[in-house]
Amino acid sequence: MKKYVLRRILVAIPSLLIASVIVFSLPRLLPGDVVQLMLEEKAYGKDLEELREKLGLNRPIYIQYWEWLGRVARGDLGESLWTRRPVVEELLRRLPVSMELGLLALFFAIVIALPIGVLAAVRQDSASDFIARSLAILGLSVPGFWIATLVVLLPAIWWGWSPPIQFTEFSKDKWAHISQFLLPAFILGIASAAAIMRLTRAMLLEVLRQDYVRTAWAKGLREAVVVSKHSLKNAIIPVVTVLGIQIAQILGGTVIFEQIFGLPGMGRFLFDAINQRDYPVIQGVNLIIVSVVVGMNLLVDAMYAFLDPRIRY
Amino acid sequence: MANHVGTLDAPRTLRAPAGPLRVLGALWRFCRAKPLGAIGGMLVLLMIGMAVFANWIAPYAYDETIRGARMKAPGAQFWMGTDNLGRDIFSRVVYGARVSVTVGFGAVLLANFLATVIGITSGYFGGKYDICVQRVVDAWQSFPFLVVILSIMAVLGPGMLNVILALGVLGAAAASRVIRGATIGIIQNQYIEAARALGAGHIRIMCRYVFPNVTATIIILATIGLGGAILAESALSFLGFGVPPPYPSWGAMLSGSGRSYMYTAPWMAIWPGAAISLAVFGFNMLGDALRDLLDPRLRGAGGGRIR
Repeated sequence: MKKYVLRRILVAIPSLLIASVIVFSLPRLLPGDVVQLMLEEKAYGKDLEELREKLGLNRPIYIQYWEWLGRVARGDLGESLWTRRPVVEELLRRLPVSMELGLLALFFAIVIALPIGVLAAVRQDSASDFIARSLAILGLSVPGFWIATLVVLLPAIWWGWSPPIQFTEFSKDKWAHISQFLLPAFILGIASAAAIMRLTRAMLLEVLRQDYVRTAWAKGLREAVVVSKHSLKNAIIPVVTVLGIQIAQILGGTVIFEQIFGLPGMGRFLFDAINQRDYPVIQGVNLIIVSVVVGMNLLVDAMYAFLDPRIRY
Repeated sequence: MANHVGTLDAPRTLRAPAGPLRVLGALWRFCRAKPLGAIGGMLVLLMIGMAVFANWIAPYAYDETIRGARMKAPGAQFWMGTDNLGRDIFSRVVYGARVSVTVGFGAVLLANFLATVIGITSGYFGGKYDICVQRVVDAWQSFPFLVVILSIMAVLGPGMLNVILALGVLGAAAASRVIRGATIGIIQNQYIEAARALGAGHIRIMCRYVFPNVTATIIILATIGLGGAILAESALSFLGFGVPPPYPSWGAMLSGSGRSYMYTAPWMAIWPGAAISLAVFGFNMLGDALRDLLDPRLRGAGGGRIR
């Protein structure tokens, strides 16, 4: 177990390094010169060359990368080219918002998907299975931003009510703070729920045909016990793996949902930074998001080994 | 092939009826076995038809401002109403199918080409090459889809070709994994060993023996990928990084300056979203049905998508 987790961590390191190169080089390829933009709009320096030197953009790119990596290792992500504030500081303020939204969405996804997936598998080819499967395909097909748009729009037209768009801090009003996340998290979770439900159903169907399940039935165990104790425990393992992918999807989705629901999280931060060509911010947000995803995948792998002791990598 | 003296003709097997009859028969069996898949196929055909014949179907041009028809409710003259600039929404939805179909097919073609090359070589050669390639794929996949694609689109700038490029390159990673898996399964077979014994080179084995055996997988991946690509394009256009206006993209029709008018003209928000959902629904249903028929082992794959 320990050895397995250790190996997974070792494998994750090169992935993170390659990812860091991608993170570093992507924003540098942005069309349009940020220096030009800053000079024209913000008048940060006297001329282009001076500003370039001030920002350290005049040195060769590999030196910039090396220095950047060194600073990242020390927990310094540079400062925003526009606001001149440390990126880490801004990120620390926004990360909790996105994490809250993402984790809540994942929670909704699991809570919806597991029972429906189990029901659909146990009652295979029944009406409820058919409905569940159709709903799942629908959930994968309907764009989240459309549902979100309608959810903001239609109640406002019909009853004059709309979900809160103003962000409330947790310290100010606990309930208002939590309730503003419920709706976006739920919609964000729908697509993941559909994917998790389909996989749960498929895996459970496979397990339900195994010999040991037949033995469990033959012993005269109740259905609830056969399904939950003997089958689900084995079927759930691949589902756990998929959670890692879903976390990445959900984090990506925050870009859209924070925009629509006015939540000041990382997704919106990234979106604004891309529009303003704010290199350090784009790099910082991307790096944090990749790290979170890689970290979550490690956690998932560890859970995997814990759930299935046969797994030895 | 010419017969040499002394060799026997290969035994002839009974042929199934050739040509259109065979195709019709196969189609009929498909509809019987997978009615939901057939519905999906109809939706897909409908969408492609809309894209190809948009000029004839749409009553107005997509950027035509109709005088005195701002934000008209759906009715006999404007089936889906008009938007805040007085443009016919039905016509724009019809033309929007062009963007979705072009981007969808273009991106999937590119993605599956790259995925096939990467997947087959990685699975076939194995060893150090495989390890290196898979680490890059790992890194590529650990980015949330939307985050990478936004960053790439910011680099490339908006435009249809760029959307296709970005979606194609991105979609390749996940698909290459599946194809690599299938390849590893195939090269265990004896016929590969036999081919090698006959002196076939790597490229010949990959092209003539491995590739034909992964085509079913590729077709399934492509069908499901099409739905994903259309969704991704709409999300990009929604965020303003897709196909630039005034050309109508379904995602863009839901965003931008029109949003504030939607409270008085809700039909502006309803039709484009319904079009996206139906199109993606169609591809997903068709893909599911094809997968069940062609390769049930893939069940559970391809659940990933972006919102």
